[in-house]
Amino acid sequence: MDDHLFHHPDRRAGGETPNWIDHPGNVRKIFWALAVVCAALLSLDLFLHKHDKFGFESLFGFFAFYGFALPFLLVLAAKQLRKIVMRDEDYYDR
Amino acid sequence: MIASIPPGLIMIVGAVLVPFLPSRVRGAYMLALPLIGIWQLFSLDPGSYGQMTLFGFDLVHVRIDKLSIIFGAIFYIAAILGIIYALHNDDRTEQTASLAYMGAAIGATFAGDLITLFVYWELTAVTSVFIVWAGKTERSYQAGMRYLIIQVLSGVLLAAGAVVLAKETGSFAFDFIGIESLGGWLILAAFGIKCAFPLLHNWLQDSYPEASPTGTVFLSAFTTKLAVYALARGYPGTEMLIWIGIVMSAWPIFYAVIENDLRRVLAYSLNNQLGFMVAGVGIGTELAINGAASHAFAHILYKALLLMSMGAVLHRTGTAKGSELGGLYRTMPWTTGFCVVGAAAASAFPLFSGFVTKTMILTAAAAEGHLVPYLVLLFSSAAVFYHSGIKIPYFAFFAQDSGKRPDEAPPNMLVAMGLAAALCVGIGVYPDPLYAMLPFPVTYVPYTTEHVVSDLQLLMFSALAFAVLQRTGLYPKELRSTVLDFDWVYRRLGRDWTVFLAERTSNALKTIYADFGGMLNRVIDAVFHYHGPKGLLARTQEIGQATLVITVVLAIFLTAFYL
Repeated sequence: MDDHLFHHPDRRAGGETPNWIDHPGNVRKIFWALAVVCAALLSLDLFLHKHDKFGFESLFGFFAFYGFALPFLLVLAAKQLRKIVMRDEDYYDR
Repeated sequence: MIASIPPGLIMIVGAVLVPFLPSRVRGAYMLALPLIGIWQLFSLDPGSYGQMTLFGFDLVHVRIDKLSIIFGAIFYIAAILGIIYALHNDDRTEQTASLAYMGAAIGATFAGDLITLFVYWELTAVTSVFIVWAGKTERSYQAGMRYLIIQVLSGVLLAAGAVVLAKETGSFAFDFIGIESLGGWLILAAFGIKCAFPLLHNWLQDSYPEASPTGTVFLSAFTTKLAVYALARGYPGTEMLIWIGIVMSAWPIFYAVIENDLRRVLAYSLNNQLGFMVAGVGIGTELAINGAASHAFAHILYKALLLMSMGAVLHRTGTAKGSELGGLYRTMPWTTGFCVVGAAAASAFPLFSGFVTKTMILTAAAAEGHLVPYLVLLFSSAAVFYHSGIKIPYFAFFAQDSGKRPDEAPPNMLVAMGLAAALCVGIGVYPDPLYAMLPFPVTYVPYTTEHVVSDLQLLMFSALAFAVLQRTGLYPKELRSTVLDFDWVYRRLGRDWTVFLAERTSNALKTIYADFGGMLNRVIDAVFHYHGPKGLLARTQEIGQATLVITVVLAIFLTAFYL
């Protein structure tokens, strides 16, 4: 199943210089930087008064929660959808 | 003189010359046509041109007002960008078809009556199918066939609706139509097909990714946004459109997450963005119509930019499949950068074009108290960032190293992407010129602290969710696959049923034929038995025998008379 996922032998051995982003440690740094940015944005809700149209937008962290939870569930739901609608690549060509 | 030429016709007539020009001058010639067109458009005063009377009906070939100008202008801009992007391509079929197609879409935008609209509407269908076929694969040929059937059906519905409507109202004028009458419903169905309404949408995801890298860029801008324009003209404030729009904005996202062909992901995402515009038209307030029009404007640019970047990848590597790509940023840094700009604009990041247009539609939904539509559109906004914003650049240019080291895109592609990216940023930073073109006066202020903070919270937490899913391995891998959508109904179920019925019918015919043949044979046998060469009634008799029979008969008669 995994044969097409290219776990490629390192091209850098052939003289390519590694980029900053190629180090797994730096990817982890990006992740934590993102987490810090999110925390900072969330904390803004403590100071910022938002106008209510429906009565829930001014709740603390509403947009943050909505932005995190729904896409998260979307991906999990889409994974389940795969079980129903995914076929081989040449399905229609047969 | 030039003022008397209808917009769009310059490009349609100009397309006729394209096949005869040598390839050196063809690019410059093609580029000149939309430049003349856009200059002509802005030199015309608003009003109606080319009025004539046909069979007692007033037809208006050209109507220029604020709603048609903004769509006409973005169509010309998309034409210029698309032609620059395709300058390296020497395919006369695609060049001729794309010019005529773009001209037809522009002509339709300025049509003042339904008959003129119908003519241009059908012309977009029959010209654009050649762009699909210019993909020059068996798949593109078949997808083009399906595309053509569905597009022509839309035109037929439009013609039927126009006739029914004219019988009811006595006029072919293309103004507010509404769904009060049968004609209105027929025309809505015609527009709905081209706008890729739910269940009428599959032609889009089916055909666009099968065209050539340059062809898809042309296709992406016109047909669907022409339909959005037509809806904004004919059905503003039709509440049903809000619900159609939100289904369109949410449902394709699930497919965008699991689809492997990145150009098909963008086709699903195109469908999802159309949902925002359709919902805006359905809400129908001045703010909402402004939002729909401006979002169409911004969307054409960033969608073209994203498709251009994936087209460049396809051009250089021969594939646009997520499962085969990854790590291309090393050798295609400019394409990567432009793709990220397009992704940011599509995701509505502050300072990019999507932010100043899409938020108008959301604000309009909230202002009218549409709770469920607001929540669905908010979900779709967060999710757009997933498939357009992260998935496209991530799986093409980053993710796992595919080992591919393609060259950077050709210079003309980079110029087109650069211009589109500049417009995406320009509109986001300084939206006033776009706002000034909108159909209604704009009082909306996009850059308030509240808007920016809410938007950033939504998007950054959406990014965090993606990062968490990636790190925990929950995010679905890109797999080589076909994802079944509603078109399965006619491509598989319909086909299988047709085959089944055809087999049954042919078996039945064989039986009937055999039975009928048997009966016929028995009749022939019976006739043959009596009249055949050895049949009782066809026997040859000797002449003497006949004389004997006659003599005997005469003798019987004579005896009978004498007695």
